[in-house]
Amino acid sequence: MRRQIPALASLLVVAAVLCLLPFILSDYNVYLAAQVGIFFIAVLGLNILTGYTGQISIGHGAFMAIGGYTTAVMSRDHGTNLVVTMVMAFAICFVVGLLVGLPALRLSGVYLALVTFALAVSIPYIPLQYSTFLGGSGGVSVQQSQVPSNLWVYTAAWACSAILFVLAWLILRGRVGRAFRAVRDSEIAAVASGVELPVYKTLAFGISAAYAGVAGSLFVLALNGFAQPSEFDIFLSLQILVGAAVAGLGSLWGILIGAAFVGLLPQVSTSVPVIGAAHGRDVVFGAAVILIMLLLPDGFAGLLARIRRLARA
Amino acid sequence: MSSVETSSIAGFRGRGGALDAGTAGVALFLLGAAIFLLIGCLQSKTFAQLTVEGLALGSVYGSLALALVLVYRATHVINFAQGELAMLTTYIAWDLMNKGLSYWPAFAATLAIAFGLGTVLQVTLIRPVQHRSVIAVVIVTVGLFILIDGVVNWIWGGDFKSMKSPFGNGFFEVGGVTILHLYVGMMVVVLVSVVLVWALFRFTKLGLGMRAAAVRPAAAALVGVRVDSMLAIGWGLAALLGAVAGLMAEPSQIFLSPTFMQPILVYAFAAAVLGGLESPAGAVVGGLLIGVTLTLIVGYVPQIGSELQVPFVFAVLLLILLVKPTGLFGRREVRRV
Repeated sequence: MRRQIPALASLLVVAAVLCLLPFILSDYNVYLAAQVGIFFIAVLGLNILTGYTGQISIGHGAFMAIGGYTTAVMSRDHGTNLVVTMVMAFAICFVVGLLVGLPALRLSGVYLALVTFALAVSIPYIPLQYSTFLGGSGGVSVQQSQVPSNLWVYTAAWACSAILFVLAWLILRGRVGRAFRAVRDSEIAAVASGVELPVYKTLAFGISAAYAGVAGSLFVLALNGFAQPSEFDIFLSLQILVGAAVAGLGSLWGILIGAAFVGLLPQVSTSVPVIGAAHGRDVVFGAAVILIMLLLPDGFAGLLARIRRLARA
Repeated sequence: MSSVETSSIAGFRGRGGALDAGTAGVALFLLGAAIFLLIGCLQSKTFAQLTVEGLALGSVYGSLALALVLVYRATHVINFAQGELAMLTTYIAWDLMNKGLSYWPAFAATLAIAFGLGTVLQVTLIRPVQHRSVIAVVIVTVGLFILIDGVVNWIWGGDFKSMKSPFGNGFFEVGGVTILHLYVGMMVVVLVSVVLVWALFRFTKLGLGMRAAAVRPAAAALVGVRVDSMLAIGWGLAALLGAVAGLMAEPSQIFLSPTFMQPILVYAFAAAVLGGLESPAGAVVGGLLIGVTLTLIVGYVPQIGSELQVPFVFAVLLLILLVKPTGLFGRREVRRV
């Protein structure tokens, strides 16, 4: 128990800072902080899959798209309460995640990476084809009266982050979490110890997709309630994976830094001179990812652990 | 390239009758597909035209799939930036032509640049993370994907470019069926480059070294093969094949844009998985099958239209994994504890 005190204390500090931020920041910065919260949820979800279960997904943007469109369509057609749409996004993405994961997870991780990449490239075409229901390239918008303020999105994003973080912690510390880690460390040893491989791999994929769904729902709300195919291109999926890598796989502590990295860097790098606004994002982002992978093998979580060891010595 | 496969794992192939039954099934399937296409072509001119177009596009998908397979065989990692690398090299070719080079010299120069680029990228970015984990390598290729996208947008801008077709707008007429020079040219160029790469692997000492490095890295190193250099050359060859795919795909896409290889990469994934992911011959056959299937489906099922092509191939990919996860030419992975 004593070992957990610093962890709990730092959690409380983070929570307190998050509560204070809206009073200090300008409206635009609140919007940015909300973006960080949204990516926090998505990266957390991916970390459950990649970091704890050892399966790679390059297509979590697809689940964000499904979650986002769920919210937009439910609001447009029925004026459903936005929080209810988020719960729906969670449920729908959980089911879709199970369906997509099932065929891919029978094979090695590379196949899952291929399938999820293909899914992420495919998804934006669906609204273009079914344009009467999903709005075509123009997109779907939530009802005018329901468009939330930046503060609303900020609060919702970080409240969801807190709930989902606790949920992840509860899942990962118990039986299920042990099974996940066993699968990651050695599938053969896991099977030998009675872990049902297909069940746990698919479950991890479903949970992870559901997290992305909630993030997608908030992502659309942060864009003034507009769900558009172009917002959900392959770049979004890559961003989430990069966030998880920067955070450090298999640790919950780095996620805040990973989320801040992918949530803020694209905004910050648009003002990079020479390269220019539109492409600065990709150039800086791509270079940063490669550098971090080369220099910080275990992401920021690894860096934190190293600092802690140094401090103790 | 199947003889590469059999010669390297001959000891594993010969055993047991189950494998042979599988091989016979695959042969029967391919024969059936060929007969179906042949009868269709004799019955209908539209069908014949679509088939030719499908084979031409399919050869392009096959060559990109082959690039993926070359990297996968050597390191068991998929290079997600393979399509973007092909896109980058196509832009380089466009630039060279814009500066006054004619098509074929620019083509040759581009292939050389692609080979160099692939080698350099492997040495500088992939080698340092290679031994860490599959996830680490995948993330570096993802970073490369984003970086290349940004660099191309930065240098050439995101607007559409047009490139002159090297084969003109002419066509042959065979039994009342019009066949564009373009399609024949695409197939010839792709197949010649594939055969050249195959010959390199099959008949040269370098190729022998590369095969050894891919199959048994440790043993190969012990008998004096420079495994690291072989992997770098492998990346170079993969980038070269990708450049061929990009250059040959471009005329069929009408315009050159920074995202033009993304759907093609998905088709190449499906082709590689259909071929078994480990088999070079499988990648090419898979590419042809995916190309023909896609063109025929789009031609005969208007609902799929232009928007559902990628989702359709995604569905095919899922189907392959459900029905025959080892693909046509793959073998079941046997792992030792």
